Amino acid sequence: MGRKLDPTKKEKRGPGRKARKQKGAETELARFLPAAGDENSKRLSSRARKRAAKRKLGSAEGPKMNKSPGAKPLPGKLPKGISAGVVQTPRKKGPQSFLNTARGKKRPAPTHSSEEEEESEEDGVGNQGDLWGSEDSDADMRDDYGADSNSENEDEDEGEELLPIERAAQKQKAQEAVAGGQWIEEETDEEEEISPESGPKKDDEPDGGLQINVDEEEPFVLPPAGEMEQDAQPPDLQRVHKRIQDIVAVLRDFGTQREEGRSRSEYLHRLRKDLAIYYSYGDFLLGKLMDLFPLSELVEFLEANEVPRPITLRTNTLKTRRRDLAQALINRGVNLDPLGKWSKTGLVVYDSSVPIGATPEYLAGHYMLQGASSMLPVMALAPQEHERVLDMCCAPGGKTSYIAQLMKNTGVILANDANAERLKSVVGNLHRLGVTNTIVSHYDGRQFPKVVGGFDRVLLDAPCSGTGIISKDPAVKTNKDEKDVLRCAHLQKELLLSAIDSVNATSKTGGYLVYCTCSIMVEENEWVVDYALKKRNVRLVPTGLDFGQEGFTRFRERRFHPTLRSTRRFYPHTHNMDGFFIAKFKKFSNSIPQSQTGDSAASTPAEVDLPDLKAQVTPKPENSSQPAKRARVAVKAKQQLHPKKATFRKQNGVSKGADSELSALSSVTKARASSKLQDSSQPAVKAEVITEPKVLGKLKQQSPKLQSSKKAAFPKHSAPPKGTDTAAPAMLSSRTQATLKPEDRAQPLGDAKGAEKVKQQLSEQPFKKAPFQKENGTPKGTKTSTMFPLSSSQPPPAKRRKSQSRGSSQPLLS
Amino acid sequence: MRPLTEEETRVMFEKIAKYPPFALSIGENLQLLVDRPDGTYCFRLHNDRVYYVSEKIMKLAANISGDKLVSLGTCFGKFTKTHKFRLHITALDYLAPYAKYKVWIKPGAEQSFLYGNHVLKSGLGRITENTSQYQGVVVYSMADIPLGFGVAAKSTQDCRKVDPMAIVVFHQADIGEYVRHEETLT
Repeated sequence: MGRKLDPTKKEKRGPGRKARKQKGAETELARFLPAAGDENSKRLSSRARKRAAKRKLGSAEGPKMNKSPGAKPLPGKLPKGISAGVVQTPRKKGPQSFLNTARGKKRPAPTHSSEEEEESEEDGVGNQGDLWGSEDSDADMRDDYGADSNSENEDEDEGEELLPIERAAQKQKAQEAVAGGQWIEEETDEEEEISPESGPKKDDEPDGGLQINVDEEEPFVLPPAGEMEQDAQPPDLQRVHKRIQDIVAVLRDFGTQREEGRSRSEYLHRLRKDLAIYYSYGDFLLGKLMDLFPLSELVEFLEANEVPRPITLRTNTLKTRRRDLAQALINRGVNLDPLGKWSKTGLVVYDSSVPIGATPEYLAGHYMLQGASSMLPVMALAPQEHERVLDMCCAPGGKTSYIAQLMKNTGVILANDANAERLKSVVGNLHRLGVTNTIVSHYDGRQFPKVVGGFDRVLLDAPCSGTGIISKDPAVKTNKDEKDVLRCAHLQKELLLSAIDSVNATSKTGGYLVYCTCSIMVEENEWVVDYALKKRNVRLVPTGLDFGQEGFTRFRERRFHPTLRSTRRFYPHTHNMDGFFIAKFKKFSNSIPQSQTGDSAASTPAEVDLPDLKAQVTPKPENSSQPAKRARVAVKAKQQLHPKKATFRKQNGVSKGADSELSALSSVTKARASSKLQDSSQPAVKAEVITEPKVLGKLKQQSPKLQSSKKAAFPKHSAPPKGTDTAAPAMLSSRTQATLKPEDRAQPLGDAKGAEKVKQQLSEQPFKKAPFQKENGTPKGTKTSTMFPLSSSQPPPAKRRKSQSRGSSQPLLS
Repeated sequence: MRPLTEEETRVMFEKIAKYPPFALSIGENLQLLVDRPDGTYCFRLHNDRVYYVSEKIMKLAANISGDKLVSLGTCFGKFTKTHKFRLHITALDYLAPYAKYKVWIKPGAEQSFLYGNHVLKSGLGRITENTSQYQGVVVYSMADIPLGFGVAAKSTQDCRKVDPMAIVVFHQADIGEYVRHEETLT
């Protein structure tokens, strides 16, 4: 027999009185443990805590005593009990993080026997950890409690704590003000701001509180100078994520949702840092991405990079048909589907019970694992049977084998790669897939037309920074920076020129070149294509791919040839394939355009120009501008230009000063932008010059040039980047510019003043030959490429640069 | 890259002809492989490896300097240091159609064979009649995909009698080597 059942006596539900009081040794010990600051974010085990408590007890009895007595009486009462718990737990948590508690996000697991309030209070408590000794423990405890609940949790509206919360919040505020920057400013800002304000509101409108929080958060966007210090503590990812969403929401409707006194750039700055933290990106890459995408797309892009793309494979039509292969794989237990109506050989694998890279069909060469975006350049290239095709960077051989299967093993393919290790996989893949018409070689792609040329079609899948395949290689997020991108761009330009020279323009069935990269950076894509357009007798043609985003014709301060619209960009978040860029060229003449020598011999004018330029440059005011230019150049976003410029500078000495002038001149001088070898140096200079002027913008001198360039009526890529390439020759031709000037002047677009002019000058790069120029269409306003037509022989009208240009240009031109 | 010498050609074709599964004599080999309907093919030696390539391709490859040339057409095999010829799996596609003796293995045993293991009786699907013991065979999957070369461990008659765990085909070369031995292909 036990106790008699007594229905009148009700069992008490919930934790009993004692349960609250006895939280266990750890909670008791928390009282003695040092405040948050002491053990920075270190979770101690229970034994460790006991040891720490002992240590503390031994060392600091005085201060501790204060707390404990304070704490002890509390357990007696329920509310106090809570606060006691609160008091204790925060301490423990203190070290762990202010972060955890923030905003009612993750609750630290331990010791929360009771409420969330305690957890939320941790924030407050944590903050106040430092102040433990100094404060009145009761007040602190209450303060914490209130602060936490106020700040984070709408859920926690507890009527009873309101008043104490408010009081606590105010106290906390006062304390924090006193404490200064002891803790992460961000955190404190948030809490401070939120607690007082949200406290009263919280009870009434949790939803309003949400919005309030959004608004409240803005203030913290602008933390005092110590914002960076918050990185001392590990960030709370959930809070960061929420902040990202909030800021994006605010920025979407900035006019109405902004916080007073906060500028857009502050929000952007905060967003940038948060994105870098949350997605683990380096600052450089994130900055570039923010330039490329609008905010909503940016977040999608970043999210897409965290997830791998679906596995796709390509049927090897030399050995089997897609239908048969699909059937065989399905029999093995692979779940797949055709890739899309744009591909007749692609299959996408959803899941598989056997390793898809080791099935007997794979080993027999019936299919090849290949990314969907890698199939596109070959489709764009469209090789025909019995053609001669060059694949300059072929490893690991997926595109080469696709070319072979489209050609049905006829003709010849020369598959080249500069990396000997990866060539082995090329050989293996080609043998496996039964490709018999291929020669595999190990050259540096830049040697190409010299070794063997005259190909009908060329495919150049250039080595790049890999920003489109971040989902495959997350290291790209942090290890790419400006130098890498510029280096890649430089290499790509060289390879592209070599590839163009390897194409036989008079081929009966061909004369095409496809340039592609797995990168989304404008510096490696549009800029390189634009450079080639200026330097060689090629033009862009439609790729034949009816989906994908069009390439940029202008980007920030650069202006590209309008035909760049026919290039295609692919993104992971819109097309669900790796980031890619494809451009298809047709070569219409085998001759290599001379750099800006204008109507006279190609090289000589350039050379002549150079010395002239040099001479003129020095005296010219350009010199003065040079430093400015230099500065600009340095500042310029187009770092790519820098390397070029640097080299040019050395060559051309004057280029620096002459830049501004040169740009104008150069454009004039070399209508045929294509830089020959000889010109190359010059163009380089010009490029610099052009670019620099652009940078300088301010240089008035250049403005006349710009105008002239505008005149050119060749849309010329206005963007300075082009300038560099073409600029160099242009620069050289700057003398000739003088001649062109009259033309230019005729058309000065007027708006080309100052900056515009500079731009124009830069754009002037007459690189593109006349044909291109025409293609370029009407010069776009000020920005239009200031392509100077062939340098006319007339002395350039004296423009602002008169002093400079005239001197230099006249002799050269005439 | 150079054409094969007489001696080398002889050694190579002997190997191919004698390679058990193939029903070719040396003369036939030469004819069938060299004069194909789509053009004249030839064998070339480069870095001790024999490549089978059409003449058109060979002409283009002649422009490439020897140390930069990695591969051309199809590699049939290589000559060892002692000038013996070793046939590679890459020649399978060309030689499989000429095989006289074939062995088909069950789907379950495919993976095992592709890893380099011998074929057990339990994995044997079909076998050509009149296969004598130690006869060279070409191994196929049930879907008629050639998987590699082998040597029959038992004659066809014996295969019917042995227990399921006995080896019936010794493994010699298989297409799994494309993945397992990538380095040796170059």
